Amino acid sequence: MTPQYGRGLRTLSILTVAMLALALVLVFFYAPLEAEQGFLQKIFYVHVPLAIIALSGFVIGGLLAIQHLRTRDSRWDMRSYVVIHMSLIFAVGTLITGSIWAKGSWGHWWVWNEPTLVSFLIIFLLYATYQPLRFAIEDPERQSRYASVFAITAGAFVPMNFIAVRLSSAYLHPRVLGSTSNLPGSMALTFLVSLIALALLFATLCKLELTAKHTRAQVRALRRRLAGDDELPARRGRSAVPVISATGGPAAGGAG
Amino acid sequence: MAALILAEVPALPLNTAGRYVAAAYIVLFVIVVIYVAIIGLRLSRLERDLGEMLELPERPPQHAETEQPAHTESTPA
Repeated sequence: MTPQYGRGLRTLSILTVAMLALALVLVFFYAPLEAEQGFLQKIFYVHVPLAIIALSGFVIGGLLAIQHLRTRDSRWDMRSYVVIHMSLIFAVGTLITGSIWAKGSWGHWWVWNEPTLVSFLIIFLLYATYQPLRFAIEDPERQSRYASVFAITAGAFVPMNFIAVRLSSAYLHPRVLGSTSNLPGSMALTFLVSLIALALLFATLCKLELTAKHTRAQVRALRRRLAGDDELPARRGRSAVPVISATGGPAAGGAG
Repeated sequence: MAALILAEVPALPLNTAGRYVAAAYIVLFVIVVIYVAIIGLRLSRLERDLGEMLELPERPPQHAETEQPAHTESTPA
């Protein structure tokens, strides 16, 4: 049976918009001003959740890649690809919002001797090679296998890197996650709602991307069928996008 | 409604930190807008493809299939 990737997308989208609206209301009308940083601290309600979701997404991408290597089902490769792709976009948001905060707080857009910043940049640059790696391999089967191995290795690197930075002695970067218990209740609630809202945004965009890719695969399969060559595998040019079959099942050189 | 909200808005320090806070939230908004625009472009491409398929002639009977020209396509990244 053909899976319905778009099932529940509408509900998820409405929930995401509602949670984002609630988060914005809480950030600007409910959460009190922080004593040291004042109004500038409100950046953290978007910057920190973006960072947490981006890093979690990289790890989830690795877990999905493990599932792909175990089952050889191209759907897991597609999920891993979409999650990593979305995490990369969230990582860009993290870097930009972090730089804006640094400029407002420290007077510099970037500080090279700050371990958290630099380690996040390293992770970002590592994952920035994921797409070129996929694009460099033309054979879809090899591409998906190599990409999964990369996703697993890099995904394991993310928590190790996080722990290493935490264990380092230079605690210059504000520790929002580690000190949530010390936050006043209103701030902790606002932070939690922002985190949930951005996690929902991440899930919605991933689902949207998966639905779009699956629909495209179905349209291509339909085009081939109409043209009378549905027995042949889809011919595709070089692409970083994984190959999935129109029926959603395991594919080897199917519709891309 | 808008007047009520505006009445509740605290005095935002828009001349100092407010600029940075506004910039950070605008960045997130712009990222989402760009993403939705890209999805919109893909959707219009799908619509075009479906439109082309609707214009294709009906599939010939089974025995005539071999005479059909092979269809090739390349996938953009």
